[in-house]
Amino acid sequence: MIDMTFQQQVNTRAQETIQLCYHCHKCTAGCPVAQDMVHGPDIILRMVQLGQKQEALTSPDIWLCAGCETCGARCPNDIDIAHVMDALRQIAVAEGVKPAVPNVKKFHDIFLTVVGLTGEMHEAGLMGAYELLSGDLFKDPSIMALAANLFVKGKVPVIPKFSKNRDRVKRVIEQSKK
Amino acid sequence: MEFSYYPGCSLHATGLEYDASTRAVFESLGVKLVEIEDWVCCGASSAHSVSADLALNLPAINVALAQEANHGDLLAPCAACFNRTKSADYALRHDPARRKAIEEAVNFSYTGNVHVRNPLDVVINDIGLDTVASKVARPLTGLKVVSYYGCLLVRPPHLMEFDDPENPTAMNRIVGTLGADVKDWSYATDCCGGSASLPRVDIATRLVSGLAQHAREAGAEAIVTACPLCQMNLEMRQAEKPNVPIFYFTELMGLAFGLPEARHWWGKHLIATTPVLSAAGLV
Repeated sequence: MIDMTFQQQVNTRAQETIQLCYHCHKCTAGCPVAQDMVHGPDIILRMVQLGQKQEALTSPDIWLCAGCETCGARCPNDIDIAHVMDALRQIAVAEGVKPAVPNVKKFHDIFLTVVGLTGEMHEAGLMGAYELLSGDLFKDPSIMALAANLFVKGKVPVIPKFSKNRDRVKRVIEQSKK
Repeated sequence: MEFSYYPGCSLHATGLEYDASTRAVFESLGVKLVEIEDWVCCGASSAHSVSADLALNLPAINVALAQEANHGDLLAPCAACFNRTKSADYALRHDPARRKAIEEAVNFSYTGNVHVRNPLDVVINDIGLDTVASKVARPLTGLKVVSYYGCLLVRPPHLMEFDDPENPTAMNRIVGTLGADVKDWSYATDCCGGSASLPRVDIATRLVSGLAQHAREAGAEAIVTACPLCQMNLEMRQAEKPNVPIFYFTELMGLAFGLPEARHWWGKHLIATTPVLSAAGLV
């Protein structure tokens, strides 16, 4: 299904002008994760131009983007493509589209839950919660050895620090969900 | 010289040695760092993935706190904190509509007096390489390294205003001033895949192992960085042995300055640093 309003929706959210893309493929050529994607960044931009909303939002590519900004820094038309990927993920989340790479979304959710509770990221809490909730713990045995090593080196504060400004953090997180 | 200091979450945990070495080196250079009280997480790299407002509002809380604290510019050693906080500052400085929205959400009034800075920039432009050279007590002669900037320090170029986005030289110049043998390579701003380090180990391992391999080919025995997320990912996900150790540039400054605290930093690394340092006669 073609949604002719999609390009405008993405332009507005990303504050970019996607119709400027003339498909030189420089973004895809320099993308460190293009080989892990199904389409690559330039085809995702083409989908946006053509109004292929469903295809773009359900693509794993938008969740695999590493946010390294190499694409945008090299784009001859100054499109911040990583920012467009941010906008596509944001639209997918806002419209309840199931993420094609659920673990990446799960990571972000856990991250923001921890930050909302303490005001500060507790890295060990994030890693532990992520590994347990994603099921990756059982796929990647090296993670236990790594956790133990970090603990021995004093890099895992046992008690999370609570910022006095955590209410402020909680408030901006709540606002962003509206 | 005085700065408001924002260590961020990583520097209190996996990046302990970056925090300790930054504090020690700046103190020895006569620069006072005053940690912002009750700073909050900048939200990197999750907030901007799910909400455009949250991506700016979270780091703007720290801009507000630094403004209240009034200890000068805001120094953020973590490349991710620097990137997110600078993005928020850019929106506050250049986009009146965004500024109004952020001010309302965070409940403060932006003055623009506080600039967001990175230690590489401060060492080069405020302290100066002449001063750095004058502090070197123990030149790092024989230590073969490559400088690695990664993504967040240099991109997007208009936001970061940092050096040259494709060919940055700040770290080369600093580490070179310390006497190290800095090798040229073409991968200084390639992505290490830090965001994939937990959810897609395969991607992170491929990108990290490639960087380590390219560093070896360039003749380097170690990689120097200014980002705790790169440092952690690069030490965690190297496939090939022996692993290449990853130093923070501030650690090498502390070592060259002959700071006694430096001996506490090496044991914090996941990859042993002693073989490389002792081969160069530095420990």
